[in-house]
Amino acid sequence: MLHALIAILSLQLLGETAARALSLPLPGPVLGMVLMLALLVASRRFSALIRPTAQGILAHLSLLFVPAGVGVVGHFATLGGQTAAIAVAVVGSTILAIAVGALTFAAVARLTGARDD
Amino acid sequence: MTDFAEIWSYLSQGPLLWLTATLIAYALGDACFRLAGRNPAVNPVLIAVALLAALLHLTATPYATYFEGAQFVHFLLGPATIALALPLYDSLPSLRRAVWPTVAALVTGSLTAALSALAIGAALGLDATVLASLAPKSATAPVAIGIAERIGGSPTLTAVLVILTGITGAVVATPLLNLLRLRDWRARGFAVGLTSHGIGTARALQVHPTAGAFAALGMALNAIATALVAPFALSLFLQGVP
Repeated sequence: MLHALIAILSLQLLGETAARALSLPLPGPVLGMVLMLALLVASRRFSALIRPTAQGILAHLSLLFVPAGVGVVGHFATLGGQTAAIAVAVVGSTILAIAVGALTFAAVARLTGARDD
Repeated sequence: MTDFAEIWSYLSQGPLLWLTATLIAYALGDACFRLAGRNPAVNPVLIAVALLAALLHLTATPYATYFEGAQFVHFLLGPATIALALPLYDSLPSLRRAVWPTVAALVTGSLTAALSALAIGAALGLDATVLASLAPKSATAPVAIGIAERIGGSPTLTAVLVILTGITGAVVATPLLNLLRLRDWRARGFAVGLTSHGIGTARALQVHPTAGAFAALGMALNAIATALVAPFALSLFLQGVP
């Protein structure tokens, strides 16, 4: 667990450093995720080392969004008189994007015969 | 015996109280979710946020004080993003066979997320700053805020819109995709991660491991795609606005 944590935090550090040094439009952790994926592919031993800790962190992924969510409540005032219109735009576009994305994926998967099993 | 007010003033200043409160609020939200038969409308994040917001309001605690404790949970978002490489790794064989569906869904999904939000917002008369904050809202928070700043949006408003989009997606995805009769876990997960970033990915991981892996992929790819799509979509809508 100690070594897995060191690996995860080091990759985040590396991602943050690279994102800033190269002024990439991606956040450090997303870059760190790509680096982690490369290391997992490279070494079976490494993936066995990471697995229990990564699964532990991911088990309650939703919990990690709670502090930011509480912060959002305090900023509802910034929506001003436009709250209803903004809510319609957010809910409407979220439903449309999920539907269009999923239908496109399924249709192209059927066309190209990219089956899941 | 020490006065309760004295104990409270001591505890309310340190991180222990609000860290514990955050975990308890989430545990209560999660218990409600289970009691409701894992109904996605009973979202544990939404319940925890509502409980904590009410508690902060009742005790007149400023958010900065709350965050002293909650930051330990918030900090784990970074390591958790890196840990998402694990479900991606486990689904690599499935990912390799789904390159074209992934590319096609990324293009249509990312464009739909930005264009439909702007179309609805413009039709309802939202001003240019709000539209610029709406355009990148499907990307993960740090990316969306960076893009919004570049195209004239408000960082605070964007943060609010990103979280709202995440919770909306987590709540509507299962009933919506059942209604569309989509059974492909890859398609379901990818669309939810693309649209509702980390909060949608957390929800997808609860439902199915393949959906979770494709959601993580959708989130990562849309972080890149939104950087291109949001400014383009906004330019289409701002041409008519003086």
